[in-house]
Order: sequence, then C-alpha cells, then structure tokens
Amino acid sequence: MHPFAYVAPGTVDEAIAVLNEHGDRARPMAGGTDLLVKARANVWELDAVVDIKNIPELMNLSVGSDGLSIGAGVPCYEVYENSEIVADYPGIVDGASIIGGIQIQSRAGLGGNLCNAAPSGDGICPLIVYSAVARIASSSGIREVPVEDFCTGPSQTVLETGDLLVSIEVPKPAANSGAAYTRFIPRNEMDIAVAGVGVFVQLDSSGQNFESARIALASVGPTPILAATTGNSLAGKPVNDESIAAAASLARDAATPITDMRGTIEQRKQLVEVLTGRMIKQAVERARG
Amino acid sequence: MVATFEPKTDYKVVGTRPIRHDGYDKVTGRAIYGGDMKLPGLIWGVCVRSPHAHANIKSIDTTAAEAMDGVFAVITGADMPKAPSKLVDLGEGNINFKWASNKLMADDKVLYRGHPVAAIAAVDRYTAEEAARKVTVEYEVLPSVTNVVDALKEDAPILLEDLVGDDLGEDVTNTNMAAHVRHEFGDVEGAFASAAHTIEREYNMQMVHQGYIEPQNATAMWDEEDRIKVWTSTQGAFPARTQIAGILQVDVSRVKVTPLEIGGGFGGKIPVYFEPLAAILSKKSQRPVKMVMERSAVFETTGPTPGARMIIKLGADANGKLTAATADIWFEAGANPGAFIGPAAMCVYAPYEIANTRIDGWDVLVNKPKVAPYRAPGSPQVAFAMESAIDELCENAGWDSLQFRIDNASKEGTRRGDGVLFSKIGMQEVLEAVKTSDHWNSPLGDAPAGKARGRGIANGYWFNIGLKSSANLAVNSDGTVQLTEGSTDIGGSRTAMAMHVAEVLGIGAHDVRPTVGDTESIGYTDVTGGSRTTYATGYACWLAANNLVDVLKERVAILWDINSDDVDFNDGVFSSKAEAEKTIGFKELAGKLDDLGGPANSTGSVDLESAGDGFGTHIADVEIDLATGKTDIVRYTVVQDVGTAIHPAYVEGQLQGGAVQGIGWALNEEYFMLDDGRMANSSFLDYRMPTTLDLPLIDTVMVEVPNPLHPYGVRGVGETPICPPIPAIANAIKEAIGTRLYETPMNAGSILKALK
Ligand SMILES: Cc1cc2nc3c(=O)[nH]c(=O)nc-3n(C[C@H](O)[C@H](O)[C@H](O)COP(=O)(O)OP(=O)(O)OC[C@H]3O[C@@H](n4cnc5c(N)ncnc54)[C@H](O)[C@@H]3O)c2cc1C
Repeated sequence: MHPFAYVAPGTVDEAIAVLNEHGDRARPMAGGTDLLVKARANVWELDAVVDIKNIPELMNLSVGSDGLSIGAGVPCYEVYENSEIVADYPGIVDGASIIGGIQIQSRAGLGGNLCNAAPSGDGICPLIVYSAVARIASSSGIREVPVEDFCTGPSQTVLETGDLLVSIEVPKPAANSGAAYTRFIPRNEMDIAVAGVGVFVQLDSSGQNFESARIALASVGPTPILAATTGNSLAGKPVNDESIAAAASLARDAATPITDMRGTIEQRKQLVEVLTGRMIKQAVERARG
Repeated sequence: MVATFEPKTDYKVVGTRPIRHDGYDKVTGRAIYGGDMKLPGLIWGVCVRSPHAHANIKSIDTTAAEAMDGVFAVITGADMPKAPSKLVDLGEGNINFKWASNKLMADDKVLYRGHPVAAIAAVDRYTAEEAARKVTVEYEVLPSVTNVVDALKEDAPILLEDLVGDDLGEDVTNTNMAAHVRHEFGDVEGAFASAAHTIEREYNMQMVHQGYIEPQNATAMWDEEDRIKVWTSTQGAFPARTQIAGILQVDVSRVKVTPLEIGGGFGGKIPVYFEPLAAILSKKSQRPVKMVMERSAVFETTGPTPGARMIIKLGADANGKLTAATADIWFEAGANPGAFIGPAAMCVYAPYEIANTRIDGWDVLVNKPKVAPYRAPGSPQVAFAMESAIDELCENAGWDSLQFRIDNASKEGTRRGDGVLFSKIGMQEVLEAVKTSDHWNSPLGDAPAGKARGRGIANGYWFNIGLKSSANLAVNSDGTVQLTEGSTDIGGSRTAMAMHVAEVLGIGAHDVRPTVGDTESIGYTDVTGGSRTTYATGYACWLAANNLVDVLKERVAILWDINSDDVDFNDGVFSSKAEAEKTIGFKELAGKLDDLGGPANSTGSVDLESAGDGFGTHIADVEIDLATGKTDIVRYTVVQDVGTAIHPAYVEGQLQGGAVQGIGWALNEEYFMLDDGRMANSSFLDYRMPTTLDLPLIDTVMVEVPNPLHPYGVRGVGETPICPPIPAIANAIKEAIGTRLYETPMNAGSILKALK
C-alpha cells in the first residue's frame, strides 16, 4: 500500500473538486470495506481517499410517498433497521442484511456495493428488480442511470473520473407487489455468492396471476444481470408451480456463469434455477401479504 | 524403567475449571503477540516471492531496491549460510537444515509459488514493499507437478536434482519420490484368499491448511556480540532455536528465542519461516528487523497438511471379523521431503485388531508448499479412507457398523499396523460409550421437504508423544508460587501446569503464577505439539512440586529442630510424624522462609516415551438440501478417551476444536490449484473454514481411562479429535443421499454431481 491523503469534504462540490484534482489516483470512500481491502492489495495506487460520510446529502435516508431515497454513504444497518423499509422494500432488506456481518453492515452500504460493481454484490440485484435509479453528480451537474445499466463489467461502472454517486432512488412499489433476494453460499454467512437471485413480482388484485415480474441474477455473469425475458415470461401467467418452474428454467438459460474455485458452470446454472423458483414463491407470498 | 501410577479420584484441583491465568490479558487485548513487538530502531522486512511454482532463477537484480531511500538491507539466496544435509528430530516431524534453509529462501531454483527469492529490510513496511517491487528476477519457467500421480510419472519434471530417494532401502535418483516404506505382518494374500467379504476403494484428498488466525511473524536482532535475539510466535522456543541455529550455522547458545503469545498454530508454527531471514537482515542492517506474513503467503508458503491418494483393501470372515487389510498411501510432501507417511502407517489400522496387514507409504515431492504438522499429521487422511471402507464393507455384508467396530476394536496387546503392541488403551470403552450415548439412542428426525438426513460414525486415533520438558518453581513470601515452564501456551496449558503444581502443594490454582520461559530462563522443552504438553510438561511440574515439598520439609525441620525425614506433608499442611498436633500450613511456612534458609526453589525435568494412545469416535448427523447440495451438520458428538481431564473445559475445547477443523476439512476446505501451480483461493474469503454459524454445539462425552504413565492419568487429547470427522461425515452423507463420496472436500458441488 502507498501512503495517501485522507480528505473529508462537507459538500458534494468539494468532493468532486478533490476527485477531479487527483484523477484516477483518488477515490470516494463510503464504508471503505471494499476500498481499503483493494488499496491494501495494491489494486490501486491512491494519492487521496475522499470520505463521503460527512456530506449530509449522501447520508440521507428517506421513505416518502413516491419512493425510497438511499444516500450513497448510508450504511446497511440503517436500511434494515428502518421499519418502513422493512415493510415496503423487503427485497432490499434481504440484500442489505446479508452483506458481511454486523461490523461490515455498520460501515458498508448499498452505494458502495453498487459502485464496487462485483458480479456477486448482494445489494445490486434487489435494486435492479425494484427498478432503482442511480443519481450521479459531476462538475457538469446531475444525471440519472438505471441501476441495471450501472455496472459495465467486473469492478467497472458508468462512473467516470470526478463522478460521485449521490443517492439511489427506488420507486414506490405498487399494491399487490412483493420482492425477495437470496444467494447460495457454501457457508451460512461471511461468504461470497456462488449464485444469487432477486425477484420482484406484481400480481393482479386477486393475487392469483402475475401482472409483471423483474428477475436479476448475481455471480453468473460479468455483472449482476437483469434477466428481462425471464421476468417478462411471467406476465399474464397464473401463479402456479408450472409457471414458476418455466420461469426458473428460463433463468437458468439467462445465466452465463464461468467455472472457477467457487463453483462450476453446471452448478451455478442449477443454483440459478433452484433459487429463482424459491424467490418467485417468496415474492408471491410477500405480495399477497 | 518407566514409572506407572495407580489411578486416583480424590483430587482437589485436578478436574476443576479455574479461569485461565492469561484470560484477562487476552480478553482485554493486552497480551503481547508477534505483531505487537516494538523495539527501539525497529525496521520492517518483507520477502520478494516467486510468481511461478517451478522455475530456474537466471538472475536477480536488486540494485534499484538497494538504491531506494529508506532501504537498509537486501538479501538473496546467496546470503543464506550453506547448511549441511542433516536430519534433526523436532518432536512432531524431522528437519533437514539444508532443505529447511532452501524452503525459506530459494537457491538457484524456485519450487513452489511464493518461494522467497529475496528479502528486504526498510524503514517501514510500505517502503519495503515498494522496494520489493523493484527487484527484477529473470526466471526460466519449468513445468510443474501438483499431485502425486503426475509427480511419479516417468517423464515428470524433477524438483530436486540432488535428491536421493529411499525405495524400500534402495537408493533412487532422478525422482520425486523421497521415500517408500512398507510394514507387513502375517499372511496377507492367504487371508484375502479365504475372506468371505472384501472391499477395495481409492480415496483422494486435497491439501488443507491449519488456518490459524495469527500469521507467521518474527522480530530478530543480530547484535555486535554475534548474539541473535528472536521474538516470535512459535510452538516451541527450543525447537525454534535448534532450527534457527542450524539454518544460520551458529551454536545454539548464540540464539535466544523469546516466545510470544500464539494466535493459533495446530502444528504449523513448529517450523520456522521468517526467523532466520529477519536475523540475516538484522545482521546486514545492524537493526532489529520485524517481519509479519501476509495472509496469501501464509496459505501459499506455510504449513499445509498433505494432499493424499490412498487405496484401501479390507477382508473379513463370514462372522464379521476383520482378517486382512492393505493400504497404499501416497502423500504430497510439497517442495521438500517429509510427508508424514510414518504417522499415517502408525494410525491407519490402529482402531482395529487385524491379523494380516500390509502398508505401503510414499513420500512424494510436488510443486506446492512444504507440508508442516497439522493436528495428528497424516491420521485424518488415513481415517477418511479406512473408516469409509469399514462402513462400505459393513453395508455390503449387511452388518451394523457400530457393532462391527466394537467386535473388531483394538485392545491391550493388539498389534498396530507398524508393529507396535498397545498397552492399556480405551478404544472399546469409547465404542461402548457411543452405544449408550444420548445421541446414538436418539432418532435422526425427519428432514424437511426437499432435504435428506443421514447419520455417520467413525473412529480416530493418535499416538501422542512424550519427549522433554522442564519446569522451575519458586516460593513467594505471601504463600504463592512462581512457575516457569518451557511449553508455549496455545490452548490454556499454563493453567493446566499450574493445576499440577497446586494439586501437589495443596494450594489453589490461582496461588500458582505460571510463566512461559524463554530459552535462557528455563531448561530445554520440546514443542507444544504431539498432544504432549499437559502430559509431559505437566509431569515435569508435578516432579518440580514434589521436589519443592522435599525442600520445604528441610525448612520445617529447621523450624521444629527435627530431622526432615520426620516431617509429613498432606493437603498443604506439614506435620511432625512424632507429634501429630504440630503442624504448619504451606502459606504460613512461606512467610517464614527468610529465617529458615532463604529462598525455596525447585526444578523438574522429564524425557518421556509416549503420552498414551488416544482413541475417539464421532457421531455426525447431516442434513442435505437435495436441490443445492448444501450440507448442514445438525447434531454432532465427540466421544473420546481423555485419560484424566485436568481442566475439563479445556479438554472439551480441544475435542470441539478438533471436530470443527475436521468438519471444515470434510465439507469445504481445499487448496484449489490452477494448472500453472497457483493456489486460487489463498484468502479466508475463498478458503472456506467453518464459522460458528455453520456448526451446531459440538457435544462431548469424555471417557476417562487414566493413563498409568502419568501421575494423574493424563493422556494426550488434542489431536485425536480431528481424525474421525471426515469419515463420519462421509458415512452420514452416504446414508442421506445413497451415494458415497471418495474425495474431499465433499462440498455442495460434489454432492450435486453425486445426486445427478
Ligand atoms: C468481511 C467482509 C464481508 C463482506 N461480505 C459481503 C457480502 O456478503 N456481500 C457483498 O455483496 N459484499 C460483501 N463485502 C464487500 C463490501 O462490504 C460490500 O461491497 C459493501 O457494500 C461495500 O460498501 P462500502 O460502503 O464499504 O464501500 P467502499 O469500500 O467505501 O466503496 C466501494 C467502491 O465504491 C466506490 N464508491 C464508494 N462510494 C462512492 C460514491 N459515492 N460515488 C462513487 N464511487 C463510490 C469506492 O471508491 C470503491 O471503489 C464484504 C466485505 C468484507 C470486508
């Protein structure tokens, strides 16, 4: 590791100014739980680390009638300890509450999880299925990018030098909807997903038919993947074992995993199918209340 | 003549559970570990490591690193003293200084990925790391071998050109086979020919690591007087001194080793790694040098236990009596010879009485780190093979596998696979305890939908070593006693030592203040390993305490003006044989010593044969998700003969800890090697050891068959419990899914494959 300056600006503009000054030798730090690990492993040589936790806007967490706004620096525990979020955004809580253990969750947040862009990031699939949008600030203003387009490769995102993620905006889910996320890990905690699946379903008022669905897959491609065809296949179908099994099988096809030390292609495809079935059922249960 | 002891039961201190003497310092973070070492003028050392598993070093250019500001010294293989090829016993495994030196720093060839090729000392860690990146090494990359089958092929790349292998007594050259040994008894072929039931299977296991939390470290100062002071995390200050002196080619008295607290070792901290390098860097820089290993290097370059290929064949008669067995055992040694095939041969058949047996063992070099002892080195591997084969034999013949184990259990007089005859052992008692245990007699319970359950049992064995230990005692005027002993404390041994002394002196465990001595404050003591510490060092403490009683009798004799032969000692009270009412307690006497001849000290030292054979049987209940292949351990019980449990909580801790490491080895742990000889998972994230969330509470049943070789009946307990878990889980998985696995790890991926 290389000695670096620690900067803790109080505003978005100041943060962007420092980032622009150092170019790719500076990085924002939210919880630091990815950043410090990578810095120590010499993935980057940094001259400055820009702590974003003193910028009020980035620490804001608010639940309103039109949706949920998660500041880029908000730690996971604030998300899963908020009763309104637990009630209305259970799929996001599923992700936030399995990232690391209690120490990690006290520092790390969904913003850092998204910007880190790991294919296995447990916070990302839930955000994708809820149709969340990333708000990004730069010296030329604010822009919005759907979370499903945010990651462009392993550890790669749409962010450019001088960009700062401000918040993640999650639209308020409609009535009769539900969502869930899970991952398969060989151990029971503190592990990296061999495969992960997030599901959001919108049922009709009878609760017996799918109106729409969004399904996203983790650890089975270079980025978390929105399996759009799989989700769309459920629209208009009745909720039954057959329709769920058919979607699970489509999810298997949508997965494009590799074989590595964490699992084989065959195992990961199998897991995607199994977890998709399980998560559709859980999302349906939640949608029915 | 070996002294033997009658079992006792009326103990005051033995068998209680006092709080450990080092507890407060450990809980509050005040205990000093290697990473905490600070000395005036301290600088940092780091290694430059080979990115290749097998390569010739064409050239090393260190000039850019040496020219950097803040760099004090750079060394390469050329700076290593040329140690002669000489085998020295380290208690749990041998060391050859030539190979040991070569393992720490490559000469003209690198033999495993991460093999140090240079080391740098600089003003701080980051400067040293930056300088390390400026060292340029030109390699000629060679093909590598990472398993025993490839390593023994005709055209295999040869690791050590000058190795002379020993093939049943014949010298062989141009080979990766360091040794081939055989033990054969009875008429094996004849017994198989007449056997009613036979089974023959092959088993394969990947290397696994001890996984201690604290990485290897060393701080060294080579001073102007040519004295070398070393502070380190080690399982034995004296064996560390032997190694350091041997590698540096200096007299042992030139080296002083101060052992610091240990954050885990499990055998892996018996060999030295950084100590000699830090010393040479210190000599060059004239400053104290500290080195702390990074986690990836801990995995890639220190201590794994051998990966293995094993073929077991068993024969039994129609009545369920084992009659014949053969075992062919190939172990990976890593980059230097020494793969623990000796212990494997001692352990493979130990739980059973079998008249006709053969064992062949091969010690095979591969381009992986040199193996180090890991809790019963060699025994878990052969237990996996043997105990799986026993169950499969029983399945095929329709026999109850517990009853079969009872009927064939070894006992006093049984011949072990290497020829040794057992004295009093507890295998049968353990199996009987399994039969009456709550776990064995409770139903397995129904699995939830989509899951399946199974129960498995397996035996395990470790022989437990004795060797040398020393202890010193000194009485304080307030009636307490200072104890200095030579065993570095990994699992609470300080307290067990103090309890030995307290029991003899009739005082409380906390009236004894135990200290682990450095190599200049206590007599020679062997490693904390081989399950010997409570047995042998405890014995030395017991001797020292008895010697102290003799010293104190002299003082009482002065006080009462009588002959010391006329002084009695019982339960902490001295009395006159002539006048029974004339008594003085230990504490009161301690306060009077200034007028009775001054300080009262004593010493005790031992050199013992064996710590008594250790047998255990485990019961494992697993639940498997049939869609994902994931295994949960839902109930687990360790039954073991522990001799006498001096501090039952620490004995339980050993049984549980061993079981947990075995469970990790069974289910997920492995060196995941890439084709080019790199380990892909050299981090705690991807080297998956179980966490508390992956385990049920491990129940323990301590069977106490006192060991006649120890005054309180202590038997070694720490290693046996890592042996049964792998086969117990394999047997449970078989019952759950109907398919048997012959390879570790038995992870979700392999179970899914088996379910297909
Ligand atoms: C022990 C341990 C266990 C873990 N377990 C899990 C797990 O189970 N699941 C999982 O998904 N992850 C896990 N992680 C990884 C990590 O904790 C998560 O990815 C976490 O969400 C990262 O958040 P953070 O706030 O710490 O991010 P940081 O480390 O602060 O940042 C991560 C990346 O995002 C960038 N960044 C941060 N904020 C911004 C911003 N506002 N704008 C632009 N870029 C920004 C940083 O520069 C960096 O590149 C674990 C890590 C550890 C150490």
